[in-house]
Amino acid sequence: MLDSYLPILTLIIIALCFSIGSVVFSRLIGEKRMTELKMSPYECGMPPVGSARERFSVKFYIIAMLFIVFDIEVVFMYPWAVMFKRLGLFGFMEMGVFILILLVGYAYVWKKGALEWE
Amino acid sequence: MNDLVQNALLNVNIAAILPSLILVCFGMGLLLINVFLPRGTTRHAVWISLIGLAVTGFFVYTGWGNPQYGFNDAVAMDNFAAFFSITFLVCAALTILMSDDYLRREGYPVSEYYPLILFATAGAMWMASGTDMMTIFLGLEVMSISLYVLAGFFRGQVKSNEAGLKYFLLGAFSTGFLLYGMALIYGVSGSTRLTEIGVYLKTHASLLDNPMTLAGLVLLSTGFLFKIAAAPFHMWAPDVYEGAPTPITAFMSAGPKAAAFAAFLRVMEYCFFTLKPEWTAMLWVLAVLTMVVGNVIAIRQTNIKRMLAYSSIAHAGYVLVGMVAANEIGYSGILFYMLAYTFMNIGAFAVLVLAGKKGEDNLTLEGLSGFGFKKPFLGVAMTIFLFSLMGLPPTAGFAGKFYIFAGAIKAGYIWLAVIGVLNSAISLYYYLRVMVYMYFRDPEEDYAWVAMPGAVVVTIIIAIAGVFYLGIMPGEVMELAKQAVF
Repeated sequence: MLDSYLPILTLIIIALCFSIGSVVFSRLIGEKRMTELKMSPYECGMPPVGSARERFSVKFYIIAMLFIVFDIEVVFMYPWAVMFKRLGLFGFMEMGVFILILLVGYAYVWKKGALEWE
Repeated sequence: MNDLVQNALLNVNIAAILPSLILVCFGMGLLLINVFLPRGTTRHAVWISLIGLAVTGFFVYTGWGNPQYGFNDAVAMDNFAAFFSITFLVCAALTILMSDDYLRREGYPVSEYYPLILFATAGAMWMASGTDMMTIFLGLEVMSISLYVLAGFFRGQVKSNEAGLKYFLLGAFSTGFLLYGMALIYGVSGSTRLTEIGVYLKTHASLLDNPMTLAGLVLLSTGFLFKIAAAPFHMWAPDVYEGAPTPITAFMSAGPKAAAFAAFLRVMEYCFFTLKPEWTAMLWVLAVLTMVVGNVIAIRQTNIKRMLAYSSIAHAGYVLVGMVAANEIGYSGILFYMLAYTFMNIGAFAVLVLAGKKGEDNLTLEGLSGFGFKKPFLGVAMTIFLFSLMGLPPTAGFAGKFYIFAGAIKAGYIWLAVIGVLNSAISLYYYLRVMVYMYFRDPEEDYAWVAMPGAVVVTIIIAIAGVFYLGIMPGEVMELAKQAVF
């Protein structure tokens, strides 16, 4: 019974070894040049400290909105993939229609330049 | 599990959604064509959307008398849905016809406008043909989201922004009510199919005075009553109607309102026929309140778009009278009235489209002083539409009101009919006042800016033809409306 969990245990051990190993070895043999920027906490390139009432560019919202739309697309494809055989050709065509509709939206968004940052 | 999939596959019936499918295809195609053409080219969009509406109308028309049910009874393209669909299509076509020149004058020749109207129309069609709570909800959302964008379409104008935001926030809130009502009814009956809910409530009579059923009924009604702008859920209408682009105001006051009535009617008649005494009593009060609020507040308005918004609230009240009557003539009267209202209201707004200057600050009573003499055709057209809105013979408004009040009297609601007629009398005051300003005041303006673009003139002529056809020969259309009700 527990044997079936052996691969997972192996994976956990390998992952632990790799993560601890890479930290330890880079510390032991790596070269160190400290700068102020390198030592500050990582915040995706944003300044980590500042006013919370900052205004964000509307582009972030557009990207977030588009991400949601196309993310949802994939969510719908999971149950379809599970039922793929039973739904057969009809299900395949329905999914084709669904993707086609999103593709129209994608082409529209692309051509309108909503995917370009500047 | 397997049965469920089999069942779903067997019950697909594309014919049930074919007309709206075609409309959506035209909308998406248009959206794609638009981005590959330079900015500001909109003529082609007008033509393509008109062709799309015509093709859709043809398929709706050929499906008359041949009801199609599909998707496990979630969609029913029956006569009821077909009649309402024709109303939406007429409404969308007239709106599109008058829009192009207006958008150019206001400086927004943006072609996304037309696909959005097509999507809103498709959503309205799903609302009318939905026989499942989810289909109705889906249609409502497709329609509403397109309308939110359209109401705020002039993004540089503060009023249009206000309209868009207000409509969106309040609309989203009312959708919450509707959805909560659906959830409660699902909790009571274990189904979202309208007919199954009706049968379940009939066979389980103990559920009829269950608080959950009644709360669900009231919340559902609230959602629909918001969309038809019935008092006390009418507060959004004046601001949104005033701020939105004029053709969109015309569209909103006719098409989506009819869609909400269609879904409301079907839900009440399919699910809650066992609770008829309760909901007719509720709607009796709301009908009276809506008529009085709409008509009395309209008297105080000086902005014409705002006045027509309150008049639109009052007309929703008249239509609610038909629902209270809840008999064949009352229901078919609603179908007839919404078609008649489409012609007369869109006609009135088409005249306003021409009468307005850029920015539309002159669309007040004072601003129309002497308009009727300076622009005789538009003056006469406006007079006809106002007569129809008042409900004077031989116009469509008279025939519509006649059927609805006849239904109320037949059902024994004499007092309701009396209140309705009294309200029509009140409405004479503010409609006639527009005519007084148009004809009995000296013109302060030369109205030189009023151009007569062909498309808008055609809109007005079609609307006049519709008003007189439905007013002089209401029998034929009424016969069709009678075939359409349950």
